[in-house]
Amino acid sequence: MAYLLIFFSAIFVNNIVFSQFLGICPFLGVSKKVDTALGMSAAVAFVLTIATIVTYLIQILLIKYDLVYLQTIAFILVIAALVQMVEIILKKVSPALYQALGVFLPLITTNCAILGVAILVAQGTYNAQGMEPNLLTGVVYAVSTALGFGLALTIFAAIREQLAMMDIPKGMQGMPIALVTAGLLAMAFMGFGGVDNGLAKVFGL
Amino acid sequence: MKYLNILWNGILKENPTFVLLLGMCPTLGTTSSAINGMSMGLATMAVLIFSNLIISCVKNLIPDQVRIPSYIVVIASLVTALQMFMQAYTPEVYKTLGLFIPLIVVNCIILGRAEAFAAKNGPVESIFDGIGIGLGFTIALTLLGGIRELLGTGKLFGATLWAESYGMLLFVLAPGAFIALGYLIAVVKKTMKI
Amino acid sequence: MKKLPSTLPNMLCVLTLISVIAAGALAYVNQLTAGPIEQNKARTLAEGINRVLGANDAAVQETSTVQDANDNDVVIYMTNKGVAVQAIDPNGFGGTLKVLVGFDDKGTIKGYTVLEHAETPGLGAKADQWFQQGEKGDIIGKNPGQKELTVSKDGGDVDAITASTITSRAFLRAVNVAFHAYAGASATDGQTGATPHQPQN
Repeated sequence: MAYLLIFFSAIFVNNIVFSQFLGICPFLGVSKKVDTALGMSAAVAFVLTIATIVTYLIQILLIKYDLVYLQTIAFILVIAALVQMVEIILKKVSPALYQALGVFLPLITTNCAILGVAILVAQGTYNAQGMEPNLLTGVVYAVSTALGFGLALTIFAAIREQLAMMDIPKGMQGMPIALVTAGLLAMAFMGFGGVDNGLAKVFGL
Repeated sequence: MKYLNILWNGILKENPTFVLLLGMCPTLGTTSSAINGMSMGLATMAVLIFSNLIISCVKNLIPDQVRIPSYIVVIASLVTALQMFMQAYTPEVYKTLGLFIPLIVVNCIILGRAEAFAAKNGPVESIFDGIGIGLGFTIALTLLGGIRELLGTGKLFGATLWAESYGMLLFVLAPGAFIALGYLIAVVKKTMKI
Repeated sequence: MKKLPSTLPNMLCVLTLISVIAAGALAYVNQLTAGPIEQNKARTLAEGINRVLGANDAAVQETSTVQDANDNDVVIYMTNKGVAVQAIDPNGFGGTLKVLVGFDDKGTIKGYTVLEHAETPGLGAKADQWFQQGEKGDIIGKNPGQKELTVSKDGGDVDAITASTITSRAFLRAVNVAFHAYAGASATDGQTGATPHQPQN
């Protein structure tokens, strides 16, 4: 049940975009259309999950050889290499999927949500809802975070599609109105605050 | 004069936050107060100056096809060094900024300037570009942090201007970051006519 | 100077060279800063202990770690001015709340400080001030051994932070956990007669 709690809290309560402020660049950059938003979300979910597992294992090696100070440099290189590898493999194995995700893959290297979640999981400083931070809870957290990112991005893109047809004052056109919209969405997500505590009670944790 | 132009360009014409709209994660995530925003801006500026300097010095030694991984290694080492120095000498700031310090690595501003400026110009110009863009980023973050702190808690740089109970707490919280930045960009765009 | 062409040996050499230089430089910086970082940690801990015990020169004589009912670590610092206990509660509003609480020899709270929290700024984050002496939720001078600390909503006698009952409950739970760890530690001391650092007369 605690896994369900991690899942719920990472998607709604501590949404990566609206309450952690990670992954804002793609959130603002590729949210003009719902289709591209869905593609980006899928690509992020894919890379985030693999990256979390690989960096978790690397962290074990770094700790073993007392090289934790190389963490940032090792993680970012692994993520960059991983993105390249995923791109090559996808191209060979599933051209259809590559067609859909291909354009977003290079953008993912500089998505701070990936590096941020990798560091949080490797250090065990994410909200594991009272459970031991280990590889399994870490992966559950990473997948849920990616879903939360996808949810935020898709809702935001749907709103922006509608917004594009509206008559907006000249000064507010473009980024300003998008940011204010994101603010209102963040406010809506704040409504989930504390729900995880209630759920924990319901589950009897 | 040429150097002044580079500086001015970074602060105003190519302001990373208001004009280029880069580095949004730290811009929103660390500006709950003016002092936090300023610390983040200065930390980023330090990395930017050194990465610009190093990359402009070694640019001819790096083959074109491996330039991006090489730049990333340089930037990541600088960020790690900064992280360790901050942990050692400014532990309070290190604790406040937390995860956002290692995340300077993926701040698009730094890789962007390495690619767009340092890879094409000499060391001295690159340093000035680093200072200019860094200052632009710091000013933007301090301004946003100041506005959020003032509206949210009635304080500015920790000094009370009016009672906290008049503050709109919303601006210190997550939604306020988005909304304040949205209006700030609109105002800057209007006054600068850009 | 001409730009190096992108041939395979060139690329390999350059990447390896950059990585080696970077790793070497970081190893050097790591060594350089390791000392100050350790000193900082020690100083922060000492300052915290002094603050919660209301002393200037509390010297830690013995440190022990026990587990609370939920298997979380509770660290007990025995000093010459009283006992400081570091405890956590995982169910704050935004996550884990870590506190350091100072007790005198009767189990009365001498002071506290919030070491780590993820509470809402302006609301739950006020816990650092709210329960101090003279504030609205004053817990200084209370003894959790006589009566468990709970908020007035739950029938206790501590005023919760306005609009932050969840944070207040989590905070008081952590203080109670700290007290039980303290009581457990002093009970074992009582049974053995004396601790090694207190010579018997």
